[in-house]
Amino acid sequence: MYNPQLNRHGELTHLLTTEGLPRDILTHILDTASTFVPLAARDVKKVPLLRGKSVFNLFFENSTRTRTTFEIAATRLSADVFNLNINASSTSKGETLLDTIANLMAMQADIFVVRHEASGAPFLIAKHVAPDVHVINAGDGRHAHPTQALLDMYTIRHFKKSFSDLTVAIVGDVLHSRVARSNIHALTTLGVAEVRAIGPLTLLPSGLDQMGVKTFTRMEDGLRDADVIIMLRLQNERMRGALLPSSHEYFKHYGLTEKKLAFAKPDVLVMHPGPMNRGVEIESAVADGPHSVILNQVTFGIAVRMAVMSIVAGASA
Amino acid sequence: MNLLLKNARVLDPANRMDQVADILVEQGRIAAIGQQLAAGEQTKVLDLTGKTVMPGLVDLAARLREPGYEYRGTLESELNAAMAGGVTSLVLPPDTDPVLDEPGLVEMLKHRTRQFDHVSLFPLGAMTVGLKGEVITEMGELSEAGCIAFSQADRPVVDTNVLLRAMQYARSFGFSLWLRAMDPWLSTGVAASGAYAGRLGLPSTPEQAETVALQTLLELQRSVGVHLHICRLSTAAGVELVRAAKARGLPVTCDVSINNLHLTDLDIGYFDTRMRFDPPLRSQRDRLALRQGLLDGTIDAICSDHTPVDDDGKNLPFSEAEPGATGLELLLSMTVKWAQDDGIDLLTALSCVTANPAGVLHTSGLQGPKLGSLEIGAWADLAVVDLDAYWQISRDTLLSQSWHTPFEGMEVPARVCATIVRGKVVWERAG
Repeated sequence: MYNPQLNRHGELTHLLTTEGLPRDILTHILDTASTFVPLAARDVKKVPLLRGKSVFNLFFENSTRTRTTFEIAATRLSADVFNLNINASSTSKGETLLDTIANLMAMQADIFVVRHEASGAPFLIAKHVAPDVHVINAGDGRHAHPTQALLDMYTIRHFKKSFSDLTVAIVGDVLHSRVARSNIHALTTLGVAEVRAIGPLTLLPSGLDQMGVKTFTRMEDGLRDADVIIMLRLQNERMRGALLPSSHEYFKHYGLTEKKLAFAKPDVLVMHPGPMNRGVEIESAVADGPHSVILNQVTFGIAVRMAVMSIVAGASA
Repeated sequence: MNLLLKNARVLDPANRMDQVADILVEQGRIAAIGQQLAAGEQTKVLDLTGKTVMPGLVDLAARLREPGYEYRGTLESELNAAMAGGVTSLVLPPDTDPVLDEPGLVEMLKHRTRQFDHVSLFPLGAMTVGLKGEVITEMGELSEAGCIAFSQADRPVVDTNVLLRAMQYARSFGFSLWLRAMDPWLSTGVAASGAYAGRLGLPSTPEQAETVALQTLLELQRSVGVHLHICRLSTAAGVELVRAAKARGLPVTCDVSINNLHLTDLDIGYFDTRMRFDPPLRSQRDRLALRQGLLDGTIDAICSDHTPVDDDGKNLPFSEAEPGATGLELLLSMTVKWAQDDGIDLLTALSCVTANPAGVLHTSGLQGPKLGSLEIGAWADLAVVDLDAYWQISRDTLLSQSWHTPFEGMEVPARVCATIVRGKVVWERAG
């Protein structure tokens, strides 16, 4: 199938989704990231790989955390970073998405980091930018959040060394989660033994089985012998639209507690893309407990985003 | 002036005719079909050796976008497209701006189209005021102004009681209702529920959006007895429900669009907005059932669902893009392509864009000579076609103001060479 992320040489020129991304490219990103991880401990944390390049953070949807990690990553690569909070400026004046992009291209952008509330928006942008401009998806609607998935893969590989024997359980609002979709594609490409999704049927999308995922509605069944648990954030607005009755009942059935954690393997990793709702999807004892690698994810996230930016910037035009 | 068409392959699905013959047209009507017909005085003779003459196409859903959406299409551009597509009769949904809910608006539309007096236009009146689904319109007045039947276009009726009353009122005067089967609460997605929408993270519409609404429509109809035309069926389960209703003898007809006949949700690829439709493209199983439904007569007609959309409406993220595509110029080719793909005989396939949709119009109360047929005395509404010509669908080959179609770039069979309405050649392809 046609892959809009690769150029005609098969190089990664945009990062839009982990779906259909060849395994060697995934591995190459993780390997490159591992060379950037030690930088954080050095006095001088910068490398000159993107010196003179302009990175535009285009956040059509608010996010402080993700935008900051992209900003740190670009700065450590010596790029010039420009943050645009688009909600507040052009779209409210009726400018279309493509008008905004055309204007920013005229300002000589090299990389666009895009977050948008509509699934597929970064694909539309990638289709319309010049060949030497690169687009990195920082989260589009319910569709994809590939850098989050890559940092999750990095974290899993860091602690578990290999993917082949792992059982990974993804818990919660899979229906609305771009993190879940991107993780599922990355995990199946990297060849884990089993991917599971756990949640009430109102929050599990159709077609998970075609994506190679086993679905469970009970935590006790889905967590059994899991090596990795990825918890998803539950948005408060899910209580509307008859998806869930209350956060209280949700926590009772799907909140990760020490008691439920006992169904998993003794050396299980607990992950969360953040920001967490303590007491809704996860209890503090687990979030801060010995199995939690949630803060490691954040640290690795910077190295992974540096890797992605340096790789796409190196692709031929 | 009279017209004699010589040596054409004459295809008339209504009478199962497929033979090389001459057609004599007098005073706008078909006067004779036979061998070696002689031209009288004042008769223009056209030698159509190698060409095919068939009834002009009858399209049950084509939005011309006037009034209100002239930036997407105008009467002039879209009626040219109709003629270039060999379409000589078309039905106009009422979702213009303002919507066709007052007799004056229908009069105005008729007045505006008089200058393009080539194609027969059959406007559908709004079934409820403003298509809001609350107050029923003056159907009697609208009918006198020229509305063939009444419709909600793509706006559902939320209040089932209004639906029942509209059916009863329409039945009192013998009017037909042309309705989409769409449950208002379930039809909020932009793609069909299933693996594909799941992967792309697109809000989805389950097949029950169609079947639940269809059950309601058919159940109400069973008590009222009004003729219902179901517009643009999209699911296998929906086909099954209509099949059962027809078997019970309910007065129901239905159509499918060229888009749902040829495409599936897989064609959305990576958010290709040309594939954004209402109803959404569905699975291969659904497409197969729709094709089967046409063959066994469950589905009466294929329509273009012509909906011109401008660039700004399509250059958007998928869920924000306008649904619809241009189609008038593609209706014939996509019907012939279906016949070729599935090995269906041409007369059967072409009846789905001629005799069958004409039948739906007559069932809806259209008087006068039979449309979509070459019988003696019928209006000489004809398409002259080169069935063996392949052409590429592109921005440059389409006359419609909108060039957005999912079939762009495709090589398709059957090219319309000329279109004749009431015995007059109204359009000819240059070159």
